[in-house]
Amino acid sequence: MFQVEISKLERHAKHIRKNMIGMVSRVKGAHLGGGLSVVEILTTLYFSVLKVDPQNPKKTDRDRLIFSKGHCANALYATLVERGFAPSSALNDYYANGKLLTGHPTRDCLPGVEVSTGSLGHGLPMGVGMAWTARYDGQPHRIFAVLSDGECDEGSTWEAIHSAGHHKLDNLVAVVDYNKIQSLGRTSEILELEPFKAKWEVFNWQVREVNGHSIEELLQVFENLPFAKGHPSVVIAHTIKGKGLPGLEDTLASHYQVPSAQELSQILEGY
Amino acid sequence: MFLLTGDLGYAALEPFREEFPDRFLNLGVAEQNLVGFAAGMALSGKIPIVYSIAAFVTLKSIEQIRNDVCYQNLNVKIVGVGSGLTYSQYGATHHSLEDIALMRVLPNMKVICPGDPLEVEGAVGAILADPGPCYLRLGAKGEPRIHQESVDFRLGKGMIIKEGKGVALIACGNILANVIEAWGYLKEQGLNPRVISMPTIKPLDENLLEDTFSKFQHIFTIEEHSLIGGLGSAVAELVAERDRKPFSFHRIALPDKFQETAGWLDYMREQNRLSSEAIAKTILEHFKM
Repeated sequence: MFQVEISKLERHAKHIRKNMIGMVSRVKGAHLGGGLSVVEILTTLYFSVLKVDPQNPKKTDRDRLIFSKGHCANALYATLVERGFAPSSALNDYYANGKLLTGHPTRDCLPGVEVSTGSLGHGLPMGVGMAWTARYDGQPHRIFAVLSDGECDEGSTWEAIHSAGHHKLDNLVAVVDYNKIQSLGRTSEILELEPFKAKWEVFNWQVREVNGHSIEELLQVFENLPFAKGHPSVVIAHTIKGKGLPGLEDTLASHYQVPSAQELSQILEGY
Repeated sequence: MFLLTGDLGYAALEPFREEFPDRFLNLGVAEQNLVGFAAGMALSGKIPIVYSIAAFVTLKSIEQIRNDVCYQNLNVKIVGVGSGLTYSQYGATHHSLEDIALMRVLPNMKVICPGDPLEVEGAVGAILADPGPCYLRLGAKGEPRIHQESVDFRLGKGMIIKEGKGVALIACGNILANVIEAWGYLKEQGLNPRVISMPTIKPLDENLLEDTFSKFQHIFTIEEHSLIGGLGSAVAELVAERDRKPFSFHRIALPDKFQETAGWLDYMREQNRLSSEAIAKTILEHFKM
């Protein structure tokens, strides 16, 4: 693992965070906390793991990323811009009248947005269909689905988990942004997911757990895909909601609140 | 093209499965995954046909139909078997009396309810040629043929089965057989109704309907679906917005309540005034008023 690579990705992550915080604060938008927790995951995927080409966003052999935790589109948009799929001015369209950057992603609202999501529980079933079809066609590309922890309350998510395990879809990778806070409180209080790893394993998935803010750990884990042939892979990434936002880290409030204008200029200086 | 089922289709899908085993997929009793999976296939360039019981696929996976299929305008065909009261003996959970209403309110969805096996054949070809979401509402096996020979089926086009004068009967689905019989009774009573099969409820054949509104004085719709939101409601919307209404308009359909007893289809149709005699009677009563 080259230290140069990690530093580079950390710089991208910082830049993505800065743009996200600015963008969401400007419109007093929601879901900044869950966007900030997924930044290292998206940075690592888009810069080091996914076979994608910003100059050719529809090329047939590309890896597909389904951003199933669609409410955190702010992170997806900022990452796609950082990666070169769109200019940074595109972020001015967030929530804007008549523009395409809705609070949850619509397919092709930016180049690189593969699927429309926003209602939790929809992304993984579509990913299962895409993975099955890719295998049927003998195509080598992989399907990545980024899920929220709260999304693993949905029955449809478990239908997909069950289906993928049964069909041994080893070209399918799920990544769970496990920040342990959903939209009205902690996951452990609302619907405990633990033992989380065991639940996936029982459905025939291969599981790895990482610190979701360690680019080094993320790089290492994604190097080894699929974790085992004949099994879909899942990375349970332990993260902090609101990571990078002083005063709002690991809070429910980070799901809803943004810094005030005064706080914002101070925060952005730190970036 | 792929045929996906949610663990249904016994004694129906076997010929397809035998001939095209790698195009057939049973995804189990999980309708939300079934439709999401189909959306994933369509995003990958395939044409998935989703087969299930009409009540299950249109209700349980409606959000997937709306968000994954319709919002992304994907080439997914939803086929619901056992529409209306086809499974009357099984009880209300298996009745599909809301599906036309649910499917037609979704943008980008086309809604097709063929009236006989020849219309079904035509409809299948038409929906496969269409590039977007389609809902095909089927009854059961072995329904009577109404048309004499294969039909020139077009999406969005109704078919005049009997020409007629004065009274027009517009039907969708396999209740068409009862409507034809009712037509026979009405002829004996001196009426000469036009009978139209309107197998596409969305988009409606507005030209044929406008022609009917302008030439007929008494117009009835007949369907095995709730009074609320089906063919009758769709036609009523056009009637209500038309400036001149030199005609009376009446919907014949199922009442807004759950069926509370068991019973075979003929019995249930009788109970709900959808037997051919009852349909004729409803229409004749209208003239006494």
